[in-house]
Amino acid sequence: MNYSDGRMLLSSQREGQVSRFNLWVTILVPFLALLFQIYVPLFFRFLNFLEMPLLIVVYLGLMRRNPISGLFVGAAVGLAQDAWSKNPLGMFGITKTLVGYFAASIGMKLDVDNVLMRFLLAFFFYVFHQSFYWVMEHALLNQQSPFDMPAWLGLGVLNALVGAALFHFLDKLRVTAR
Amino acid sequence: MESFLNRYRNITVLLLVIFAQLVLLAVDAKNDQHVRFIRVWTVTLVSPLARLMEGMRGSSIGFVHNYITLHDSDAENRRLRAENDRLKLDKIFLSNELNRAENAKALQIFQQRTPSKTLAASVFSTGIGSSRKVVYVDRGSVSGVMREMAVVTPDGIIGKVTAVYPTAAEVLLITDPMFAAGVVSAKTHVHGTLKGNGTSQCKVDFVAFEDKVDPGDWFYTSGDDRIFPRGMPVGVVKAVHPGQPYREITLDPAGMAGGSPDDVLIVLEGVHQDIPDTPPATQQVYLAPAPPPLAEPASLTAAAPADGTAPAPIAAPHGSPGTEADKARALYQKTADSEDIVLGGGPTGQNIKRPPDFTKIPVDPRTATQAGGAAAPAVAPVQPGVQPPAKKGTAAPTPTKSTAPATPPDAVRRANQAGGPGGIPQP
Repeated sequence: MNYSDGRMLLSSQREGQVSRFNLWVTILVPFLALLFQIYVPLFFRFLNFLEMPLLIVVYLGLMRRNPISGLFVGAAVGLAQDAWSKNPLGMFGITKTLVGYFAASIGMKLDVDNVLMRFLLAFFFYVFHQSFYWVMEHALLNQQSPFDMPAWLGLGVLNALVGAALFHFLDKLRVTAR
Repeated sequence: MESFLNRYRNITVLLLVIFAQLVLLAVDAKNDQHVRFIRVWTVTLVSPLARLMEGMRGSSIGFVHNYITLHDSDAENRRLRAENDRLKLDKIFLSNELNRAENAKALQIFQQRTPSKTLAASVFSTGIGSSRKVVYVDRGSVSGVMREMAVVTPDGIIGKVTAVYPTAAEVLLITDPMFAAGVVSAKTHVHGTLKGNGTSQCKVDFVAFEDKVDPGDWFYTSGDDRIFPRGMPVGVVKAVHPGQPYREITLDPAGMAGGSPDDVLIVLEGVHQDIPDTPPATQQVYLAPAPPPLAEPASLTAAAPADGTAPAPIAAPHGSPGTEADKARALYQKTADSEDIVLGGGPTGQNIKRPPDFTKIPVDPRTATQAGGAAAPAVAPVQPGVQPPAKKGTAAPTPTKSTAPATPPDAVRRANQAGGPGGIPQP
């Protein structure tokens, strides 16, 4: 909220600020998100709905506003998530690559410091992530999983709420540069 | 190119990264049949393209092959023509072989039935020149063949051996003008000499004019020539023409009916046989049913009598159907009917009241003129217009034509009796 005056769209690209993060933040935060995604649901099943790596990818993409950087972050996080899960390599990788790319692309147009915008973007990318993952399951792996859009919408709201709070926390870790 | 990559760098990198992950996914993942998806996707992607390309290639090659270059059409056409020609030759060959097999079987049967000692031989060549009718057979002196031996088939005689070589013999056919053999007719046992005339037919010479030979009669070998044993069929008479002093008889040789045969029998030791009474025809002959009787012309019927009785038929004149015997019988029958006498009713004197008066038989004027003179006919000519005494209830014959001059019956009877062998001399 430091740079927001209530507007959601930027009048020019110059108004957008590129957030920079230290390297250890760029590596450690996604790693912790992956550990959370893997081990926390084992002890707290009710937290199974959280898609923490996705929220980290969305945040880094929005904040860094570099599509290439965003897609590589998404690809790395997604492949790591695939490696720790039972999924074939590339399922989460491709999905999060697209999420990181689109998040970085949208971050150049929108005021990503706006809380409501962050909530909406987190909700949108969660639904997009789940939908695209379902499409890939059907198209590439020929797996029959249910298309449960109402559940995705509900979980998207929850993830968006968590994401908005998480993004506020992560803002403390960025290095602002003009 | 560089500016293009700079302009679309982001999307290019995105596509490359996604493609790389797709490859990774395809390599890592397997389907239900434990086949890696990279193989499944590759086959799925390549198959339609390959099928499309194969279809285009096949269509293009087929089009070029079938419509442009016509590569194999000419060669295949030649091959089919050659095969067709070969099949035709095979068909002819097999047909000939079948005919030869049938002929050989007939020869074998004939050889077993005939009492003469025979030797089977095959014709392998014909004589050079159109004037001489000779063939060569594959049996010679080694097989016991000698000159002047008869050569026959089951159908009839073929010729005689005129030259003998070690493994071959020359046979003079019966159609050769130099050929001669003694023959005899089956019906009348008329002897003659069979001669060839250079055609497919033969002639029988030295048959006297008075000897009776009719078309259709069969001639057999007589054995007089000491070559052909007696009783072998020669042929059937085709035509008979009168001649002086001998008849001209044309004969169809039975042994040469289908041309020169391929297999023959050489008679090594001939045995004479009887002349058969029936022709050696083995084929059934179709005999058409007899034609229906012709309606009798009105001019040949007698005029109805005045009392209304049925008209009686008269004898058929010359030119009407029937033989001479039929005509004579009709005349006698008419005479007997006019006198109310039943012919053939029993012995004379028992069932008939009196013998019929045959002197009242009407006669043909031409017969009357021929019979005039010293040799009087046995039956006296009667003027056709003269009617016998008609009895009540009988029809009086009334000829419709009357060309002979009117002559008194008594005078004719007297002249007839005087002209006969036991006639009474006239005063």
